Amino acid sequence: MATILADQASSQQDGHVPETVVVRFAGDSGDGMQLTGGQFTLSTALAGNDLATFPDFPAEIRAPQGTLFGVSAFQINFGSTSIETAGDAPDVLVAMNPAALKTNVQALKPGGLIIADTGEFTKRNLEKAKYEVSPLDDGSLAKWDLLAFDISALTLESVKPFGLGNKEALRCKNMWTLGLALWMFDRDREPIILWLKDKFRKNPVLADANIAALNAGHAYGETAELAGPLKKLHLDPVPTPEGLYRTVTGAEAVSLGLVAGAQLAELPMFFGGYPITPASAILHNLAKLKEFGVTTFQAEDEIAAICSAIGASYAGQLGVTSSSGPGIALKGEAMGLAIMTELPLVIVNSQRGGPSTGLPTKTEQSDLYQAVYGRNGDAPLPVIAARSPADAFDCAIEACRIAVQFMTPVILLTDGYIGNAAEPWKVPDPASYAPFPVRFLAENNNPEGGKVLPFKRDERGVRPWIKPGTAGLMHRIGGIEKAIDTGDLDYSPAVHQTQTDARKAKIDRIAHAVPAQDVALGTETGKLAVVGWGSTYGPITQAVRRARARGLDVSHVHVRHVWPLPANLGDLLKGYDKVLVPEMNTGQFKTVLRDQYLIDAKPLNKTSGQPFTIAEIEAAIEAMLA
Amino acid sequence: MNDMTPPNTIGAVKTTLKDWESDQEVRWCPGCGDYAILKAVQRTLPELGSDPANTVFVSGIGCSSRFPYYIESYGFHTIHGRAPAFATGIKLANPELDVWLVTGDGDGMSIGGNHTMHVLRRNLNCQIMLFNNEIYGLTKGQYSPTSRVGTSSPTTPMGSVDRPALPCAFALGSGARFIARAYDTSKQLVDVLKAAHAHQGAAFIEIFQNCIVYNKDRFADFTEKAVADTHQLWLKDGEPMLFQKGAKGITLDTGSLTLKVVDVVDGDWRAAGVIVHNVRNKAIANMLVEMPFGPFPMALGVLFDDPRPTYEDAVLGQDAKAREGKVADLGKLLAKGQTWTVSGTAADPI
Repeated sequence: MATILADQASSQQDGHVPETVVVRFAGDSGDGMQLTGGQFTLSTALAGNDLATFPDFPAEIRAPQGTLFGVSAFQINFGSTSIETAGDAPDVLVAMNPAALKTNVQALKPGGLIIADTGEFTKRNLEKAKYEVSPLDDGSLAKWDLLAFDISALTLESVKPFGLGNKEALRCKNMWTLGLALWMFDRDREPIILWLKDKFRKNPVLADANIAALNAGHAYGETAELAGPLKKLHLDPVPTPEGLYRTVTGAEAVSLGLVAGAQLAELPMFFGGYPITPASAILHNLAKLKEFGVTTFQAEDEIAAICSAIGASYAGQLGVTSSSGPGIALKGEAMGLAIMTELPLVIVNSQRGGPSTGLPTKTEQSDLYQAVYGRNGDAPLPVIAARSPADAFDCAIEACRIAVQFMTPVILLTDGYIGNAAEPWKVPDPASYAPFPVRFLAENNNPEGGKVLPFKRDERGVRPWIKPGTAGLMHRIGGIEKAIDTGDLDYSPAVHQTQTDARKAKIDRIAHAVPAQDVALGTETGKLAVVGWGSTYGPITQAVRRARARGLDVSHVHVRHVWPLPANLGDLLKGYDKVLVPEMNTGQFKTVLRDQYLIDAKPLNKTSGQPFTIAEIEAAIEAMLA
Repeated sequence: MNDMTPPNTIGAVKTTLKDWESDQEVRWCPGCGDYAILKAVQRTLPELGSDPANTVFVSGIGCSSRFPYYIESYGFHTIHGRAPAFATGIKLANPELDVWLVTGDGDGMSIGGNHTMHVLRRNLNCQIMLFNNEIYGLTKGQYSPTSRVGTSSPTTPMGSVDRPALPCAFALGSGARFIARAYDTSKQLVDVLKAAHAHQGAAFIEIFQNCIVYNKDRFADFTEKAVADTHQLWLKDGEPMLFQKGAKGITLDTGSLTLKVVDVVDGDWRAAGVIVHNVRNKAIANMLVEMPFGPFPMALGVLFDDPRPTYEDAVLGQDAKAREGKVADLGKLLAKGQTWTVSGTAADPI
């Protein structure tokens, strides 16, 4: 039987272990797939495999049961080599009902393994999934290996001793499935058992039932006489630098990075937010971190969220706000005020598919124009983009640093994929980051005496930060154009020209205050540079690695400082014959690069709400070099 | 809960009216009611013993919102309608600051109505002065959400058709715990502002303001000297609701549960059943904010004053409680949750 897992299992016996495996758990949104995936992720990390995950869930909280649009999936790619993406096609698909099978099976590698719960393939559920006959019986799944058995019944049997109701008992299905998956990949059950005991500490019966289901699933793999495909597989730990590790999602990393950034600036943090998918997690996280000098404020709307944060910055704290595209649009006018009054502020945009409400739970990188250009007037501000969940930590610190050092709002771009995805993270030592303590103006800065000069710029073009409450430094600021140094109202032609130039020059200068652009993979000159930003890092770097392994002259440049661009980027890109820019939008960064450097950057675009696959980028590289 | 609101102490810092005048040229139209309000505020602040270094005026957009530029304190002229949100951030970042909001009927009741509602229901400790001139001045005379039906303006050449909002009724409905009314040139404005400042929490003051260019003398029917006695009811806590030099009063018609004007004979207001104003009585406040001018005099002064704990006390109280006995150890925070160590290539859960 030619199946990938069987091949891998047999090759393992020959001493050839597969490097990576992609597993996708799919079920009804009420089936606990995200939980199953999360715990499988943890066990994978504990086994020392590198990993990347991709949670993919519907926008509806409780979509009607069994429907196609109610399917929730969690994909994990793990293995004994470095993992940068959630993987392209899954090797294993766990389908908890017909709808989950229908919406996910086409992604499965030919020869991949389907594990299906026959207990859910009822007439009613088949109808909801728009199957006329059961695909388990009609041969339509022939190109895959199928392992269909009644997980529902097996789960009910395993939890019988605990006297749960039928509905509650069936809820343990996800743990049964997880038990089977743990067996398949030779994983330790103990951390999951500890987690279950803690999760259900107030209801030990439920804890015991879930543990029993987990053990039963594991035992099923161990003892059942299964034909063919289901073979135990052990992936060696990936060699990684020594140290302490944990898993981290992008939303967690942003939250922690903001806390670290505020500490390095030696400021309390004020976070004004308004709930929006997929950005809310940052507000949730920070609301629990009050002991770190964080005050969180759930405002009445997106506008009040940013305005309160600007108010806090004005009063001397580090103001932060966060949202997703539609909310960022609402914040635009207030960003202009922060630019005009030159107050520090961090704005996090967890991008999602747009325009308008778009795809709230799906990922896209289509807010780049909005971040770089999307305000009235000449309103420049720095934009930083995180490439991965772990990278979001450093990016958040960088955003805080630039904001307070240059008295400017800074936009930090992540996306739904980075926000929800988890990856192993070497826990950083806070002492390894250089502090950037803020110095407020304490005395009159007017060399001639007289009144304070709130808009007197230093050699970097940066004005002083003056906290209300400071004796003798009273002054007024606002959104109207202002005179040089004094900040008094003045919209005479020469003043507006000078101040517009000064605001632009201040932001432009930041290009020299950020690290020079490096090459993520490959050489500093050559035939082709694949230039990315944000969460395309994973698939680009894997595709470039594969292409280079096949001898192609291609390098990967990944830009963190999207605006202003690092000072050396133009020269760097001109060292390649061709430039390819893969983006999950219709070509926004490509346009910025063309505009800034007059180079013929070629677009590779995807706007399906799903991340790029490695294969898609690899194919584009081949086409460019053909 | 920790009470962290600084007392609004009177007489803390000695200043004069001059100390509160900034060096900026005042740019309102000559004769604008804003001048009188500015002077009243500059007279009030020394009486309160306010410290210019500790005082912040925050405004939105509109004629009234230019106000902060003319006061020698800290000032933030923000964006249209959003001053309450900025003030919330300022107070949560530094509750010691004495924050005054300046807004107008367009800024506070139209584009910023949402924020006005929320700052009031949250009860942020600040003074909110809403200059109501029933017109858009800075944009050249369009009708506003407080304009009376039939207001002819560039956008309503046949007269406006939508019914006006009542700022004080809106404030009360939003949960405001202090509501007062005055007009630009009223000598009582200083006392009203002092009462607002003494109130712990959001203090809402509607100030009728004469826009001499686009809505001239809109309030003359009760502000003119000749009609002041007969058309103004100045409310004082614990005192009977009398006007027209005590010849008339307000009573409650217990049959219909509505207010009624009654004649007072020989000063015997008790016999006439005149109500004694109680600023803590929300039922009376509800009737006063809706009391129609015309059949009734204009209700002025402090309509309602019944403090509740402030928003910043509650928020910062929680912050303080969460921090109690805790050390902000970032290293520990980063390593929270399930971790493992890598030594060589083996991973061990810890």
